[in-house]
Amino acid sequence: MTASFLTINNVNKKLTLNFSGEFTVYLVTKYHKQIESINLSKIESVSIDFSELELLDTAAAIFINTLQKNLQSKNIQNSLICHKQEIVESLELVKKEKQVAGKIPHTPKQSYLEIIGKVTHKNYMELLYFLSFLGEMFHTHAQSLKSFKDIRFKEIAFEMNESAIKALGIIALTSFLIGLVVAYQSAYQLKLYGANIFIVDMLGISILRELAPLITAIVVAGRSGSAFTAQIGAMKITQELDAMRTMGFDPYAFLVLPRILALMIAMPILIFVSDIMGVLGGMLVANLDLQITPELFLDRFQDVVAAKHFFIGIAKGPFFAFLIATIGIYRGLMVKDDTQSIGFNTTKSVVESIFAVIVCDAIFSIAFTNLKI
Amino acid sequence: MKAIIKVRNVKTIFEHRVVHDGLNLTVNQGEIYGLLGPSGCGKTTLLREMVMLQKFGGGSIEILGYNLENIRQDDAQKLRRQWGVLFQAGALFSSLSIAENIALPLQEYTDLSPKMIDEIVKFKINLVGLKCRDALLYPSQISGGMKKKAALARSLAMDPKLLFLDEPTSGLDPISARDFDALILKLRSLLGLTIVMVSHDLKSIYDTLDRVAIIDNKKIAYEGTLSEVTSVQNEFIQTFFRGV
Repeated sequence: MTASFLTINNVNKKLTLNFSGEFTVYLVTKYHKQIESINLSKIESVSIDFSELELLDTAAAIFINTLQKNLQSKNIQNSLICHKQEIVESLELVKKEKQVAGKIPHTPKQSYLEIIGKVTHKNYMELLYFLSFLGEMFHTHAQSLKSFKDIRFKEIAFEMNESAIKALGIIALTSFLIGLVVAYQSAYQLKLYGANIFIVDMLGISILRELAPLITAIVVAGRSGSAFTAQIGAMKITQELDAMRTMGFDPYAFLVLPRILALMIAMPILIFVSDIMGVLGGMLVANLDLQITPELFLDRFQDVVAAKHFFIGIAKGPFFAFLIATIGIYRGLMVKDDTQSIGFNTTKSVVESIFAVIVCDAIFSIAFTNLKI
Repeated sequence: MKAIIKVRNVKTIFEHRVVHDGLNLTVNQGEIYGLLGPSGCGKTTLLREMVMLQKFGGGSIEILGYNLENIRQDDAQKLRRQWGVLFQAGALFSSLSIAENIALPLQEYTDLSPKMIDEIVKFKINLVGLKCRDALLYPSQISGGMKKKAALARSLAMDPKLLFLDEPTSGLDPISARDFDALILKLRSLLGLTIVMVSHDLKSIYDTLDRVAIIDNKKIAYEGTLSEVTSVQNEFIQTFFRGV
């Protein structure tokens, strides 16, 4: 490959631009600067010499075309010396395509008012979509209740295994650690007052009633809710959902209901496991730090922690599960025909379902307190 | 004639299935070269091996003088700038508009001014037969044919010497498909491109290809011009080219 360069000769107001070697897209800016450094106002004619040029790519051809137009508009004569057929042809091509009218439009700037309006409208439409999703889901639900054998037990069992049974390990570990941490922190405070034994009351009520359901819900939202969104979103992008519809399989019956039912059935079980592990963690710290033996711990546990706390915690399960599954699936169905939207909707699904779970928990808290349960 | 691509004795094995068992082919400069064969014979796999998306099991592939087997990182990068690849479904970046998709390699690899990039993008858009007013649309907003054209424009952005096309006319209506063929021929003569394509479209095969390689049963069943292809005794070739 020969070296590529541009030689500029300026004799008697006549400018010669001598291109040699290859003129490609990488050299356009360099040559442009070289040519710009000449004061064109004193030049009468320019001759572009391509006789030593071997290759001219389209970017360079566009540059030459622009240069020629520029010279013409300044009333400077210009001529072209070129022997190679290909180079002439690419210049001709550029000239021809340039005559095609039209410009690449630029994205118009939006005013704040417009942005606020668009965002409001978008959120309003999302709310409507969510309501219509809920409506369609309950409709399918009602239909499937009409005939018992239409419920897809196999899918429900599969989803229970995928989204609940496989989550047992992480939920057990998280709950155990939370039980440990809560007990450890409160043990320090309780020791100050010599109220060691009250750790049982505290752990029993807080774990059974609040912590276990919440931790389980958060882990499930992060683990299974996001998986729902990604799975269904990917199916939407690959047109699998459309294919199902055309074959007469209702995606709500095949994909939505089994997931929601599976999670609603499995959640109480998960919370139960979480209860056990959380209390175990607390018991360990009570034994090591406060010298409360497991026998004493369990004895006291039976005396002071009413069964209603346990049942309230378990009863929250299906509600949380419903929120997590519906939001996860709804977000999956909201995925648009591009790859970014899967990530966006998965994030949203996790954030929204955790938020919904906490709001739901707060409502339960207020309701139960007022009902004196 | 200079050989641009040399495939020598290439073997490919997927888990327990042998896909290629010693492929040999040569693509010369300025050719439009076709990879043909029945479904599942590994045409696209070979194409993916040529563009370094997939490792091959044995043998060697040489492209533009670089041996792909033990190519250095910066040589690989140099090589990637000298070719363009058009994927079957376009594979446009969905977060970027058509114009941004085409401008991306120019922005990343050159020091051109935004105005100049705009000019080049406009030229490429016109060249492949798209309209300037479509330039701001996103890949999810355009039809399959437009996606293909936009993807072709993107693969041409850097004026490559070598172009790989994976089923360029599949999914296009016959008129667009013929336009596409004409476009490929025009680009070859204008830009001196060497083109390697996988295709099933008989019309396009006869209109555009100079030479073909037919992969069947893990081997190259035939390599050469189309005029002699029917003389080969091979079931796929006889069925595929019968009635032409």
